[in-house]
Amino acid sequence: MVRPVHRRPGQSRKAQYSLFAAYVIAVTGAVAGLLLAILSVVDPVGFAQLRLASQEITAPIARVSRSVIGSISGIDDSVGAYVRAGSQNRRLRTELADTRRELVATSTLQEENRQLKALLKLQETDKTALANGYLLTSTSTSSKRIALLSIGRNLGVAAGQPVRGADGLIGRVLSSGPSVSQVLLLTDVDNIVPVRRARDGLPALAYGRGNGDLDIRTLNIANNPFKPGDILVTSGSGGLYPPNIPVAIVVRRQDDGALARPLADPGKVDAVSVLRPYTPDNIEAQRAPPSPPAPVPEPAP
Amino acid sequence: MNKTAAPRLGEPASLWRMRIVPVATVMLASALPLMLPLVANSPVLPPLGLLFFLCWQLLRTEMWPVWIGLPLGLWDDLFSGQPIGTAVGLWTLASIAIHYSSQRIYWRGFLHDWVIAALLIASIQSLAALIAHPGAATGRVLGLVVPQIVISILLVPLFMRLTGKFDNFRLKRR
Repeated sequence: MVRPVHRRPGQSRKAQYSLFAAYVIAVTGAVAGLLLAILSVVDPVGFAQLRLASQEITAPIARVSRSVIGSISGIDDSVGAYVRAGSQNRRLRTELADTRRELVATSTLQEENRQLKALLKLQETDKTALANGYLLTSTSTSSKRIALLSIGRNLGVAAGQPVRGADGLIGRVLSSGPSVSQVLLLTDVDNIVPVRRARDGLPALAYGRGNGDLDIRTLNIANNPFKPGDILVTSGSGGLYPPNIPVAIVVRRQDDGALARPLADPGKVDAVSVLRPYTPDNIEAQRAPPSPPAPVPEPAP
Repeated sequence: MNKTAAPRLGEPASLWRMRIVPVATVMLASALPLMLPLVANSPVLPPLGLLFFLCWQLLRTEMWPVWIGLPLGLWDDLFSGQPIGTAVGLWTLASIAIHYSSQRIYWRGFLHDWVIAALLIASIQSLAALIAHPGAATGRVLGLVVPQIVISILLVPLFMRLTGKFDNFRLKRR
């Protein structure tokens, strides 16, 4: 705009000093801020409570706007559904017929599986969730993929707990406040999930790309074994995510692995469950209640 | 002492309104993305708070002291999801840069303002992304924010207009 008039504050000592002081404060503050940023990257827990406190303020507004507008992310889908209605209908009908056939085959397998498991006396791990909530909103202006969950410490949510939707894994709880908590989404650049291929148990790691997709890399440097359509589930190794939660489907092969798309889209998922972290004491605690203490085998005389 | 009576014609706007309107627009714009029910898979929204911050500074360089980025940046950090301190540092550096440019370029036109805003948005957003993900590959992190930077730069004229409207309201005589 127009050239500012009083750039140099003239002869007034007071004005000169206050301008100088403003610059000193600004430069010192900027340097301190950047140091603080580096510090909070190194130790993210320390500042999490400060941020949660501010998000507790906006959470009620997000709750209201969510109940009024619904989830914005579905708009593109509902428009697309109208455009593609005819071809989609045909495709879905053939898919339905195929799925029915597969369902029959699967149900016999399921029964067989149940019998075999009964024989092996394998315990199903407890699948019940710790708490259920929904995703309110997310950091949509920054490169971090953090969503706000509608429940917090009031329902027992704590940092490190895995979060899943009906279709698959969503992420893990980063920090929890009194009534909201932050969820680091699966697709965040810093989120790494140990997975395995559902078909044959091939272990791999899923790295978030930050743009909604995942990079899948195998642990061994063999030739690239992935094919489009491979389903990946959590392997349970590493001890955070319980095994056998669906994670992603491979879209295409890449030089060093594969590109996969998460099965659960956090923008469209309605309700999410917070699970117990998969740690040895939790697994024991879950196994204990359903099984009565096994009778001690009589020592052979 | 009958000051509460009908305002006199042509009386300047209240000092409170003149001070609060700019700060309130920036703070509201920073917090707005966390009030929308939008769970995004990538940085889809432009940094609204930063856009208003830069536009106010380009429109009224003398209005704020040069350290105003410290409190406003801290407020933005609380809502943006970036590590706390990122905007504190980068916004203050941006405001120093704007003050410097206003000394260098005597008659800043609209295009100058747009170019300065574009350069500042691009550097602030990419530096913020690099600070947030120190371990990730640089190219990938930058690729993540490039679409957002392009959208933000294209939106600068609109935000300049909006800021102008707010400025008219701020200074409107009674």
